[in-house]
Amino acid sequence: MDHSSDEPSRRRFLKASLSVVPLVALGACGRPPEQGQASVISGSAGATSSNTASKYIPQFFTDPEWRFINAACDRLIPADDVGPGAVESGVPEFIDRQMLAAFGLAANWYMQGPYLPASPLFGYQGKQPPREVYRAGIAATDDYCKKQFGGKIFTELNHSQQEQVLTGLEKGQIQFDATSATDFFAFLLQNTKEGYLADPIHGGNKNMGSWKMIGFPGARADFIDWVSRHGEQYPLGPVSISGQAG
Amino acid sequence: MAHIKKKPVDAVIIGFGWTGAIMGMELTDAGLDVVALERGENRDTNPDFAYPRIADELTYGMRYKLFQNLATETVSVRHAIGDTAVPYRQLGSFLPGNGVGGAGVHWNGAHWRVLPEELRLRSHVIERYGKSFIPSNMTIQDFGVSYEELEPYFSFFERVAGVSGKAGNLNGEIMLNSGGNPLEGFRSTEFPLPPLADVYGASLFAKAATELGYHPFSMPAANASQPYTNPYGVQMGPCNFCGFCERFGCYNYSKASPQTTILPVLLKRPNFELRAQSQVMKINLASDGKRATGVTYIDAQGNTVEQPADLVILSAFQMHNVRMLLLSGIGKPYDPITGKGVVGKNYAYQMMGGVSAFFNEDVPINPFIGAGGGGQIIDDLNGDHFDHGPLGFIGGAYVMVNQSGGRPIQQMSVPPGTPAWGAGWKHAIKKHYGHTVNIATHGSVMSYRDAYFDLDPTYRDAYGQPLLRMTFDWHDNDIRMSQYVTGKTADIARAMKPESIGINVKKLGDHYDVRPYQTTHTVGGAIMGERPDSSVLNKYLQSWDVHNVFVMGASAFPQNIGYNPTGLVGALAYWSANAIRERYLKNPGPLV
Repeated sequence: MDHSSDEPSRRRFLKASLSVVPLVALGACGRPPEQGQASVISGSAGATSSNTASKYIPQFFTDPEWRFINAACDRLIPADDVGPGAVESGVPEFIDRQMLAAFGLAANWYMQGPYLPASPLFGYQGKQPPREVYRAGIAATDDYCKKQFGGKIFTELNHSQQEQVLTGLEKGQIQFDATSATDFFAFLLQNTKEGYLADPIHGGNKNMGSWKMIGFPGARADFIDWVSRHGEQYPLGPVSISGQAG
Repeated sequence: MAHIKKKPVDAVIIGFGWTGAIMGMELTDAGLDVVALERGENRDTNPDFAYPRIADELTYGMRYKLFQNLATETVSVRHAIGDTAVPYRQLGSFLPGNGVGGAGVHWNGAHWRVLPEELRLRSHVIERYGKSFIPSNMTIQDFGVSYEELEPYFSFFERVAGVSGKAGNLNGEIMLNSGGNPLEGFRSTEFPLPPLADVYGASLFAKAATELGYHPFSMPAANASQPYTNPYGVQMGPCNFCGFCERFGCYNYSKASPQTTILPVLLKRPNFELRAQSQVMKINLASDGKRATGVTYIDAQGNTVEQPADLVILSAFQMHNVRMLLLSGIGKPYDPITGKGVVGKNYAYQMMGGVSAFFNEDVPINPFIGAGGGGQIIDDLNGDHFDHGPLGFIGGAYVMVNQSGGRPIQQMSVPPGTPAWGAGWKHAIKKHYGHTVNIATHGSVMSYRDAYFDLDPTYRDAYGQPLLRMTFDWHDNDIRMSQYVTGKTADIARAMKPESIGINVKKLGDHYDVRPYQTTHTVGGAIMGERPDSSVLNKYLQSWDVHNVFVMGASAFPQNIGYNPTGLVGALAYWSANAIRERYLKNPGPLV
């Protein structure tokens, strides 16, 4: 076998990664330049004012749904001094892109009927692929909010009220006819964490903010010279698959 | 679509993972014309596992790019006889492979043998503890083959796979403090490569375990610790601890897989042909039902193809082997009520537990530095290495710090009580990601009368054939085993002096949950054994009923072991191949 063939390309990649450092090194706070810019969707007052959405134009979600996703992501992983929040990390973009991908369509799941009620231990047994669960779940959550909070939809609630609603979905205290509230919340939380922690090529984790926060070096994937250095903190920041370094 | 009949071949192989590749090599060595049928796509290191795209946790680790696509076929699952099974719709608990190389592409490389007494478990338990020690619903059996018979084949497979490790028992000489496992069965030769270097967390575990009187050793790993050339002349490069091992293909030619150890030679042989994207529908039988005539499959274009063959090697994933036998009418299906019949009998899983040790931020664990098969192990609580008499259960678990990677979506550990979301979750992942050591207990599960496979009466695959139905739940014996070993493991974790620990172990009465990943070490259903009324296969993996069908893989295990199965699966394949070459081809017929 010719084992040398992939080595030069790997070296080229790493060299290229290093060469782009000055372009993306953003100073000590590591915040992306989009941070300070106005957003096309600012969300309602009080909900996402400190964490504006990116300029990404959603392909799956409608504008009201997109505002809901931004507001929910902002509560699931809020921004603070410890590290970036989900919204500035591009998690809504990640979720929108997932809705158009195999995940949203359940393309790799067994989706033949009959669809029988079963213990949660047997996993998702619904007929709706995740993107239909999202669509129905957002609408049903807003209907619930209107009834509970004097006509206000989710994005018009304050943070504490939004967290109360999300907890109700998570714990099964809120139930819908149109879809399973617990499945909706489970998909939303799973996708939010995925978008926060996955490689930026998928639309989230902008500027590798979560990786910098926790100390994961991303796609470096070569530690032969560090395995035996016990008790020393690995010193290098992350790289992404696209070659972005930070 | 057309119906095509191919010209006959000497042997057809169904499923082209580890055992398909091994049998392809052995049977072409013997001069046979061999065709291998693999239902998944063709894959090789370059371009399919190439850097940097392979370092993508979402695509490979969370969306399972290299695994079976359940849209076309899955299994249904229920907890008990009489329940209605529902489909395993999303991958979770176990991850069947798909494509050329099979699960051999995306395993970690934990390369174990078996404990000698586990091959004759029923006899061993009766000899040491008495027959009444075995619960009445437990259906454990002897494999029908001995460790001594298999030893040369373990050794050879380790040389093929370039296994890194250190012997603890060399020809019966116990080597204490050698870095090897003093409790293992004898090895006729040292490992082909020295052990992998230890990550920090593994060394902390080994130190604490030694202080408590255990015997830690380096995990046997099919991840090359040095440059290596195997007996087929194929080269491997040293593992660089990239941390993208299990669920990923190796970009570095370091993890043993069919692609990195066998295929570069086999695929060039003129008497071998691989046909990928070929989904076998059934094994065809002669009118008397006692001899296979070949197989029928659907090719990539949807054509129905008949491939006549004198010899049929069934080497798909464990569950698919069982299903193929049931769909083809080979062997008598198992009936859990009467206990009669054999095909589908004795499905067994494994029991995982663990302890997380959470250190403070001054202890840099660097969790992303990982080799799939690396780490430190104790075997003192596995198999029958301790007196089970006062404990009242059968089986055990090995305990390990195997830092296979620190991929942040899947491999994030936070202390018990941490919120699932919000600022509290975010603060916890920042605090703990780089400072946690996970210790796993990797344990056996016995076989039981009510844990088995049959064909689902309702759900069908994309071709209209019935799904395989799994009936399985946890039994008290195995939960008590896991509680015992995990409890001892918590003592080791405390001796590592972390800030806090978190214990993950099942409670009596817990039911099987298909959602969280546990292990893909599913076994049984086409078990080997000593008699046709209690096993599907004889000791050479030959069907008792149809003598020219041989069935590879962990479907042959009559119950599960504490170790990972691949080393035993590979050794059994070479053992079976030897019997075919030395005896069967000269005089086709039952070998027992």
